[in-house]
Amino acid sequence: MSNDSDPLHNPLLSIREVHASAGGKAILKGLSLEVGPGEVHAIMGPNGSGKSTLARVLTGNENAEVTSGEVLYKGQDLFGLAPEERAREGLFLAFQYPVEIPGIANSTLLREGLNAMREHRGEPELDAIDFLEIAKAKADVLEMEPTMLSRAVNHGFSGGEKKRNEVLQMLVLEPTLAILDETDSGLDIDALQVVAKGVNALRDKGRSFIVITHYQRLLDYIVPDFVHVLANGRIVRSGDKDLALELEAKGYAWLEEGASA
Amino acid sequence: MNTPNPMTPAERPAPIDKIALNPEIDDLNQQDYKWGFVTDIEQDSLPPGLNEDTVRFISAKKKEPEWLLEWRLKAFRHWLTMTEPTWALVDYPAIDYQAVSYFAAPKSDADKPQSLDEVDPELLATYEKLGIPLAERAALAGVAVDAVFDSVSVATTFKSKLGELGIVFCSFSEAVQEHPELVRKYLGSVVPQKDNFFAALNSAVFSDGSFVYIPKGVRCPMELSTYFRINAANTGQFERTLIVAEEGSHVSYLEGCTAPMRDENQLHAAVVELVALDDATIKYSTVQNWYPGDKNGVGGIYNFVTKRGACRGARSKISWTQVETGSAITWKYPSCVLQGDDSVGEFYSVALTNNWQQADTGTKMIHIGKNTRSTIISKGISAGHGQQTYRGSVRMLKGADGARNYSQCDSLLMGDQCGAHTFPYIDVKNPTAHLEHEASTSRIGEDQIFYLNQRGLSTEDAVNLIVNGFCKEVFRELPMEFAVEAQKLLSVSLEGAVG
Ligand SMILES: Nc1ncnc2c1ncn2[C@@H]1O[C@H](COP(=O)(O)OP(=O)(O)OP(=O)(O)O)[C@@H](O)[C@H]1O
Ligand SMILES: [Mg+2]
Repeated sequence: MSNDSDPLHNPLLSIREVHASAGGKAILKGLSLEVGPGEVHAIMGPNGSGKSTLARVLTGNENAEVTSGEVLYKGQDLFGLAPEERAREGLFLAFQYPVEIPGIANSTLLREGLNAMREHRGEPELDAIDFLEIAKAKADVLEMEPTMLSRAVNHGFSGGEKKRNEVLQMLVLEPTLAILDETDSGLDIDALQVVAKGVNALRDKGRSFIVITHYQRLLDYIVPDFVHVLANGRIVRSGDKDLALELEAKGYAWLEEGASA
Repeated sequence: MNTPNPMTPAERPAPIDKIALNPEIDDLNQQDYKWGFVTDIEQDSLPPGLNEDTVRFISAKKKEPEWLLEWRLKAFRHWLTMTEPTWALVDYPAIDYQAVSYFAAPKSDADKPQSLDEVDPELLATYEKLGIPLAERAALAGVAVDAVFDSVSVATTFKSKLGELGIVFCSFSEAVQEHPELVRKYLGSVVPQKDNFFAALNSAVFSDGSFVYIPKGVRCPMELSTYFRINAANTGQFERTLIVAEEGSHVSYLEGCTAPMRDENQLHAAVVELVALDDATIKYSTVQNWYPGDKNGVGGIYNFVTKRGACRGARSKISWTQVETGSAITWKYPSCVLQGDDSVGEFYSVALTNNWQQADTGTKMIHIGKNTRSTIISKGISAGHGQQTYRGSVRMLKGADGARNYSQCDSLLMGDQCGAHTFPYIDVKNPTAHLEHEASTSRIGEDQIFYLNQRGLSTEDAVNLIVNGFCKEVFRELPMEFAVEAQKLLSVSLEGAVG
């Protein structure tokens, strides 16, 4: 996929031999992965294999402790950046379990976030009216009621609404690298298509995605360039979209055996 | 001290006891001496200690009429029989009341810093963070007035405008001299001298404060704020405020300011009394930011306040809004006595305790008249080792047919070293009364902060966003500019509380 010494090839994200632990337990055990600009990578793997841990490592969540390895993002040392700096550099995570924040309106969070990023890029702040226009248009793409914007962030949202809300935030913030952690889980079939439409609308040669999922079905809508299997803290297998079909048919056991061998 | 001043007392922001005397008051002063006064009246401050002479000295210094001296003495004699309350959930070393000095003349301009260059840079940095205008910073930091800016003209303009409407807004001492009949009629009519230990102490030795009188049918055209009182005498320690709103009048009063207030006196015991007659409305907003002590809990003000409003008239309304971020210890329950039928009492409060601060605060709503209504919205924020108690009492007396109360007490915790406690007392003597109480406790979780970080917000901004959201029902009760300042104040007070 890549070659460091090749000056023509500049991966957006380069994960090198990362080891990380959570609660004192080693979870990622020498994980490497490269994501080029405009690529969509799907990551699949058994429960507890470390997929969300990888998302935590990339976004700077303290619950995952990096013990060795390095990650280059846009050519710079990712671990040298605070979580909010990574976000402002265009790294976005759609959380597997979105957090409820009573007291903060969805639109407030979106505006504050967007303006923080604009400021970081040296662009002028958006005023409330311009912002609301953008937010409403994006909500419309996702077939979300505009009233969802004025509700408290994820507060009292249904499981599916929370996932849709993560995607809304992604559409508004327009990240460079988006990690979707099981965004499809909990979505009904129609919602899945709507969300996929939203993601596809963002697909662009400068924008990359890491899509974590358990279901091949999502990949019918968001067609990945690569599919990886994460097991025992490492990428044990990589392939194209057909790998997902194979996994659907065979499960993970055959790969894990191979990994531990 | 008797030098005549070219300005009338009303115009002068200078120390009250330097106001030119009129002969009538001098007479009363002479009578004070007959009461066996022994302390030298010429001295500028009293050595520590509290006895009847102390009370007489203060009263004489202020050229008070005899009835007021008697009033103070009655309070003092009763205070001697009282013991300090211990029921509040606050913990502090015993106060030696004999070690306190009960009278100090305000610093003369010569003793004050002559320019901002002489002021503690840390204090100035905080003013800057709060966005306090340059001109005000100097005044707040206690820089000699004449050396900085002409606040006199601002105050004078306001005063003459208010005067045209018959509104009185002046220092308490001035009111005693100029409107003794009003002061005598209402002083202690809401908070009697014997009300509680700290109120009795205040009644005996109160230094100064504010007086407001709104005549019948007058709507005060501006917020009465301390802004143009900043340079008035230093009245911090035992402040006494009295606001009277006549029938159909309306007033909004702002107390305090967001700038950190330094005071050498550790003990503060203020009393505020409000009287609203038929159809009158009093809105009383406070931002309290006295020195809270340092990060290790050393120093800080003990703030023991008695605030009460009497809705004496039918359809009258008293609304308390407070943002309490300062003081090492706060003991404060702004209350409403709802006597008039259809009268309304409101209490909106944000209290923040950080580091080692302690606050025991809340309200009392006493429903006496028919169809009286009260609303209590209390928001407590604890961080660091801060301890906070909401203590509220709602009483529905026999005659309070159809009375209603809604109470909501929410606590927000940051970190796991702080605490929040809620004590809602309810006493209902009338079966037609209706009460509703809601309470919640939440914690700012690391997962919430991280979520907001992931959306590009710094931890500080994330905390502010959560806190402002938590407090919004109270902030929207504050006058506009005050609300903006209060938000900034909270964020400055919480700096470093998380992350
Ligand atoms: N704080 C912690 N203490 C102990 N173990 C932890 C902690 N955090 C995560 N783990 C463990 O780390 C492992 C990997 O968790 P992770 O959330 O990355 O799994 P995942 O691959 O995303 O699984 P799923 O598909 O179920 O979402 C799990 O076994 C989990 O229990
Ligand atoms: Mg997971």
